[in-house]
Amino acid sequence: MSPSSKVWRLPKDIDTDNLAPGAYMKLPVAQIAKHTLESIRADFAGGVKPGDVIVAGPNFGIGSSREQAAGVLVELGVRAVIAPSFSGLFFRNAFNLGLLLLTCAQAGLINEEETLQIEQQMSDLSSNEASSGTHEGAHDGAHDGAVHTFHIVAPSGLRLECKPIPDFLMQMIDHGGLLNVLKYKYKQN
Amino acid sequence: MMTQDKNSNLSTLKNEKLQPQSLAQKLIAKSAGLEQVSVGDIVTCKVDLAMFHDSSGPRRLKPMLESLGAKIWDTSKVVLVLDHYVPAVDAQSTQIVQLTRDVAKQWRLPNVIDSEGICHVVLPERGHLKPGMLCVGGDSHSPTGGAFGAYMFGIGATEMLGVVVTGEIWVQVPKTLCMNWGGTLQKGVSAKDMMLHMIAKLGMNGGDYQAVEFCGQAVQKLNMQERMTLSNMSAELGSQVGLIAPDQVTIEYLKNTRADLSDEWVKEALETWHSDPKSECEVFDFDASTLSPQVAAPHSPANSSPIESYGEERFNVAYIGACTGAKIEDLRAAAQILKGRKVSNSVKLLVAPASAREQRIAQEEGTLQALTEAGATLLSNSCGACAGYGFAFAEHDRVISSTARNFKGRMGPSSVEVFLASPQTVAASALRGELCDPREYLV
Repeated sequence: MSPSSKVWRLPKDIDTDNLAPGAYMKLPVAQIAKHTLESIRADFAGGVKPGDVIVAGPNFGIGSSREQAAGVLVELGVRAVIAPSFSGLFFRNAFNLGLLLLTCAQAGLINEEETLQIEQQMSDLSSNEASSGTHEGAHDGAHDGAVHTFHIVAPSGLRLECKPIPDFLMQMIDHGGLLNVLKYKYKQN
Repeated sequence: MMTQDKNSNLSTLKNEKLQPQSLAQKLIAKSAGLEQVSVGDIVTCKVDLAMFHDSSGPRRLKPMLESLGAKIWDTSKVVLVLDHYVPAVDAQSTQIVQLTRDVAKQWRLPNVIDSEGICHVVLPERGHLKPGMLCVGGDSHSPTGGAFGAYMFGIGATEMLGVVVTGEIWVQVPKTLCMNWGGTLQKGVSAKDMMLHMIAKLGMNGGDYQAVEFCGQAVQKLNMQERMTLSNMSAELGSQVGLIAPDQVTIEYLKNTRADLSDEWVKEALETWHSDPKSECEVFDFDASTLSPQVAAPHSPANSSPIESYGEERFNVAYIGACTGAKIEDLRAAAQILKGRKVSNSVKLLVAPASAREQRIAQEEGTLQALTEAGATLLSNSCGACAGYGFAFAEHDRVISSTARNFKGRMGPSSVEVFLASPQTVAASALRGELCDPREYLV
């Protein structure tokens, strides 16, 4: 069980220009963060508290490859973004920067200002298959099949299932992003 | 990139029966050193080329590389393009551009293209792409490389750091969504219209980070610049890549850009880099013959509908620019409409040719003069207003633009309204001062 997190509800199709507006892209992330979502939710950047979560509609993060779109949310202390779907490019950027994204088909059932719990479990789906060499579902032994499963628990008792996340991506969350993972690796070598 | 053991990709069983493979699967398998891959597999691929620009590149990579004490794995596989902050408009962009140039020298990068055009256009123009490659770009429109039969996709700066220190990247093998275009486009209708129509139909994330492949008779008839427009705006479909199987049109383009293509290589490339019959794919059928020019209303490319569905829409700016809208063929298409005519007094027509080389060709053949004599103002060969990083539109501007995205606040203040359309439609609308079907000028 995790500490509880307050919800900021956002609509569908939140794009990277909403998150990190182009006009401020010259500036460091801490400065861009002051303008996060200003075109659609002016109270967000000043009001969000570390540990809060965003719950959004489908297609969160569409648009640019600018990772500052995820970086500003890390900077503001957002604990996770929960949405029915994400831009694939934003998804990679978020994990590379240590921002947890939870794909939850029923995210629409969560309300503004609710306080959520995020439950996490690790399960190893592939251990039998991997060791027997049949490679069912995962040809490549490179990424073993270990996944983390997540549930979101709302105050009403509502318990929503999220799409499992492969262990190698969760390592990035645990280390605080790819840069730290690489630092750890380089130190070991 | 971090948990895998180096030899693990070789673990595919040798005696496993080979399944028909999509073009995407073949490209990934080759880069992963595997005979074949299955949809959903997560594999580690060797990167053949990494492209980054002045915004996503050195200014972000340098501090991270230094904190790791690491070096670029292979500078010959890196291309740096200065296109987002040039020409510098203020002290901050001047500083970014200077830092980029200094770092390029310090890293001894052999491939630097500085203020000579937009990355997605100059990369193939300088012969950096060919079928069979796996490439990454520090820009979301990197799927443009798919027009050349390369598995190319956009990544952020931190992931680019991972690539430049390891030479590798992880990929989850995508499904293939086949956009099958039959028929023949009408005069005045172009790849941009096909793309806006597909985005309206599938939505901005309808590609679900899978592989889109453009095929069918209407696609085969397109020249390379038009094919690049399709692959480029795969980004607006939310797919990871937008592939087109190479054919003679591809080979002709490549032969003009690189000298190393032997007949054997060409033969093998044409035999290899296409989706196998019966490979797994979801087919979407479209008819090019009945397609009208498409226009995307503010503030999303997915707000596209046929031009006939619009009422009067007046504009004070017409913008022909960007990798998706100001390549040589885009300029030619616009010139066909503008030649011998004058832009409306109520409209400012701005043209930012996507590459300096293509601009020279346009000048030599008279295309450029047709544009300027009609009243166009030429801007520099850079991302310009499309990126919104420097030059931008003014409060309450109403713009018709050949660019890729019309998000609120992207190309100027939130009050700016941007309509997306083909270069032909932008040109015709510049003549009238209001939305105008380019076919009216092409009868």
